[in-house]
Amino acid sequence: MSLAELICPAGTPAALRTAVDAGADAVYCGFQDATNARNFPGLNFTPEELAASVAYAHDKGAKVLLALNTYPPAGKVDLWRQAADTGARLGVDAFIVADMGVADYIARTHPGIRLHLSVQAAASSPEAIRYYCENFGVRRVVLPRILTIPEIRQIRREIPCEIETFIFGNHGLMVEGRCSLTNYLTGQSTNMDGVCSPASDVAYARHEDGSMSSQLAGFTIDCFGPAEKAGYPTICKGRYTAPHRPEGYYAFEEPVSLNLSRLLPELIEAGVHAFKIEGRQRSKSYVRGVVTAFRRAVDDIRAGRPANMADLVALTEGQKQTQGAFETKKWR
Amino acid sequence: MSLSAHSAPHATRPGTAVVSRLACTLVQPLLSRVVRRIADRHPSLFARLGPHQTTDFLIDPVELPFALHLRPDPQALVFRAVPRDAAPRGGAVIRGRFMLLLELIDSEEDGDAAFFSRDLEVSGDTEAVVRLRNALDDIDGSIAEETAAMFGPPGRAILARLRRAYDAHPKESTAR
Ligand code: SF4
Repeated sequence: MSLAELICPAGTPAALRTAVDAGADAVYCGFQDATNARNFPGLNFTPEELAASVAYAHDKGAKVLLALNTYPPAGKVDLWRQAADTGARLGVDAFIVADMGVADYIARTHPGIRLHLSVQAAASSPEAIRYYCENFGVRRVVLPRILTIPEIRQIRREIPCEIETFIFGNHGLMVEGRCSLTNYLTGQSTNMDGVCSPASDVAYARHEDGSMSSQLAGFTIDCFGPAEKAGYPTICKGRYTAPHRPEGYYAFEEPVSLNLSRLLPELIEAGVHAFKIEGRQRSKSYVRGVVTAFRRAVDDIRAGRPANMADLVALTEGQKQTQGAFETKKWR
Repeated sequence: MSLSAHSAPHATRPGTAVVSRLACTLVQPLLSRVVRRIADRHPSLFARLGPHQTTDFLIDPVELPFALHLRPDPQALVFRAVPRDAAPRGGAVIRGRFMLLLELIDSEEDGDAAFFSRDLEVSGDTEAVVRLRNALDDIDGSIAEETAAMFGPPGRAILARLRRAYDAHPKESTAR
């Protein structure tokens, strides 16, 4: 049986402590800059905060994984290198990287620290994953959310590293890490600036009838009826009109969150080494609720008991959940 | 973000203006004490607010007869009750039931989830709201309980009563 480590998000030191106290095996986090894919205002860690957080986690037997999972613009690698050096000095247990240049720098400069391949690298074939393992010593791959469990099982047999899969949270998967929709509207790049739908470009308006519209950079991307559940203001979850669909429809995907709680035993059996919970931008309340629920479920499964899983639908986007491609390729 | 907080603002009802101004006058001394105390105990809040220390936040508990105006500037802290018709324009607006707002401040509830369910409504400067949310979320402990404790056993009893009412009817106003 795989170890089924629980990898949990933290956007602030308080959230990190909450995740550790709720039973996280490892917590992933980032600095307050473009070196990670949750570069949101007021979120993330200063080096001083990370130092204290690493000490807290290690004291309680948990690991800290530093996300350096964005792509430096050509010739501007210093910020990423400095972040790696700082992380190494502060004693993080692994770096989560996407860019080959960043991976190469860490492999050469900090060879004693584990490298995990971010979902942003979108490595989904054994050939691609082996390339990162052989050239940069990657020890774990975070798989894109486009594979079925039989496909994951097959990949596991053909690669020399551990597998981590997302099990819960936001489900924006436009060929992971390669989405340029936000860049098209705002000029900010998800993969280089580290933020999709920057808050400074987002506006909400309530209308007389109780409906609410969300806008990104001046473009309306959805309008929710008075009783309708809402979603994030990302273009991939926008509802658009088209000549053949004048009533408006979700052209790419619907506001919905991934929840694989019912598939945990199969994922473990397929050889998945670690389970990732999305949500560094979410509150301590979310971290506490989701980590506690999955801790209990994983412990139940490992002890041979049926998993006793709390209902997490209230925390999902649009209050809807899916098993996505993990269940069937028919999911678009 | 704009909140579908299930209630029409009080300022539109007849006679509301007088009640609202009276209520503002009564609660103002308490608010000044509360905000000063929070700022003293949690100075790290201000770093996460960054450039939005001087933004005007209108916090609008839909069932109360007034809204709250916050400008979290450590040099000139403002936290005051305002009648809705005299609230500052611009800045950021956060609207919801009083106890929901209190639970969000204490991270007992998740802000995104409250937004998805349409119980929380935000409009104006979204970045300012995100910064305030993240700054408050990094505080350990309960601001609601710290505040209640400032007023001794009566303060704690009122908070406990509000929580019971909210737990019993989470989708309804609790303090009409
Ligand atoms: S628009 Fe959607 S798919 Fe693209 S980066 Fe944002 S969340 Fe991801």
